[in-house]
Amino acid sequence: METALKIADLHKSFQTGFIPKKKKILKGITLEVGKGEIFGYLGPNGAGKTTTLKCILGLIHPDKGEIEVWDHPYFSLKAKEKTGYLPENPYFYDYLTASEFLDFYSQLCPNLKPHNFKKINTLLKIVGLEEASHLQLRKFSRGMLQRVGLAQAILNDPSLVLLDEPLGGLDPIGRKEIRDIILRFKEEGKTVFLCSHIIQDIEMICDKVAILGNGQIINQGKLQDLISEKIQFTEVALSGVSPKELEELGEIYSIHRGRIFLKVFEEEKKRKIIQLVQSRKGTLHSLTPRTETLEDLFVGMVKQT
Amino acid sequence: MKIKAIAFNTFKEAIRDRILYLLLFFAAVCIVFSRILALLTVGNKVKIIKDVGLASLSFFGVLMAILMGTGLVYKEIDKKTICTLLSKPVRRYQFILGKFFGLILTLFIMLSLMSLVFLGVVFFHTFSIPWEIMISVAFIFLEMCLITSVAILFSCFSTPILSSIFSLSFYLIGHFSWSLETILKKMKPGVGKTLVQILYTFLPDLENFNFKTEVVHHLSIPPQSYFYSTAYGIFYTGFVLLIAILIFKKRDFV
Repeated sequence: METALKIADLHKSFQTGFIPKKKKILKGITLEVGKGEIFGYLGPNGAGKTTTLKCILGLIHPDKGEIEVWDHPYFSLKAKEKTGYLPENPYFYDYLTASEFLDFYSQLCPNLKPHNFKKINTLLKIVGLEEASHLQLRKFSRGMLQRVGLAQAILNDPSLVLLDEPLGGLDPIGRKEIRDIILRFKEEGKTVFLCSHIIQDIEMICDKVAILGNGQIINQGKLQDLISEKIQFTEVALSGVSPKELEELGEIYSIHRGRIFLKVFEEEKKRKIIQLVQSRKGTLHSLTPRTETLEDLFVGMVKQT
Repeated sequence: MKIKAIAFNTFKEAIRDRILYLLLFFAAVCIVFSRILALLTVGNKVKIIKDVGLASLSFFGVLMAILMGTGLVYKEIDKKTICTLLSKPVRRYQFILGKFFGLILTLFIMLSLMSLVFLGVVFFHTFSIPWEIMISVAFIFLEMCLITSVAILFSCFSTPILSSIFSLSFYLIGHFSWSLETILKKMKPGVGKTLVQILYTFLPDLENFNFKTEVVHHLSIPPQSYFYSTAYGIFYTGFVLLIAILIFKKRDFV
């Protein structure tokens, strides 16, 4: 499989404080992203996700290590021609309109014709901003800025798109729309490197995941390989039974409006609970088997570091 | 092409800055005020108008260069617009040069507007346009180019306030460094003289761009002075921009 992005033994530290003290941010990151994948780069705040991204883009000079984008060194123009980037909390030139802004950036890309407003309008349509093309960016909401950021990221039709927290701060509808756009990138054959700490989003759209903690990759691989399919416990919701009777059968974690919610870890105990509900003429509201989630894996691993 | 695109965007940004128009207004007020000063003067009134007018052009021009130059690069870094811009196939030197030329274009237009007011005031007094004055204005522009490069250099690693103080110090030192030449002539050979010589070599001499007295008083200017001052301006500006690029190249945009 062709490799879109290759990072080997990446180290980066920063000098902080009045009396400069070296703080290690990245401690030997090694990963590979294959062509056409959506790669989730997951980590808590301050783990070094944005630093890794900025190293790939040449905005930060690594102390040590190698980065290759489609077999080109990260700092080369060829690598940049094939890369698109959406920063976290995007802020652009607010005095420009959306189409002026995209036109300015298209003049920076050698493979694009300047003042090609037909292409710009198509891009704005893709991200759902065709109505706002003549609106100054200062009048844009957070979600609209995120969309215009996505439009500039794919302006030069890059084969690798780097997205830093693209779903952060968006409402549920906005998140779904952005997720759909990212999935469309994959359909078009683009490779997506997605930095996020929102696990649900990563779980929904990513093929491969790397979990970053304390400047190191704790685990990486295909999502289905990382998360086991085995049922960990069953969540039971019932009413009409005394909580005392349930104490030995499972772990009660909530009682709300007469409903008891408990985790049951053994099949035998689950059966006993069903019999108990029937004998007490209570109601069994739900029985939900729970497998391991990426969140469980993530929290467990980050806690270990 | 990329430098041109960044330069035009910088120009678009710069002309939206209100401080520019405030300075332009004050420059115009000073130039018009020179007419009132001339009324109170005994002797050649036109010379007063020219003197005060040219001094106003120089002072406000440099002030514009410093205030705009120190803010533009810093603003890009502070607001992180630089991150998306440099993620495109753009070299860092192209960014600095784009910013520089965009600012130069803005300052050229501002200086032209100020010169228009100035020539208008002179015309109302003499009913003729003294075109030779434009020689002095051209060298004021060259000085503004140098100050702009210095302002950009400082803004590559410092805040706008500190950069403004540094750039203003550079301007002041530049206009007083000629006195070192006088000291050198009077000093006896030795370590002290060598040190002063080294200092004089590295410090800017902005008096090289000052042709105001010669132009106002119709004194003859040797043709080689034009050549020397132009070459000095271009090379010094180029040198400062080169340092700015080297510093900017090493920077991490966290």
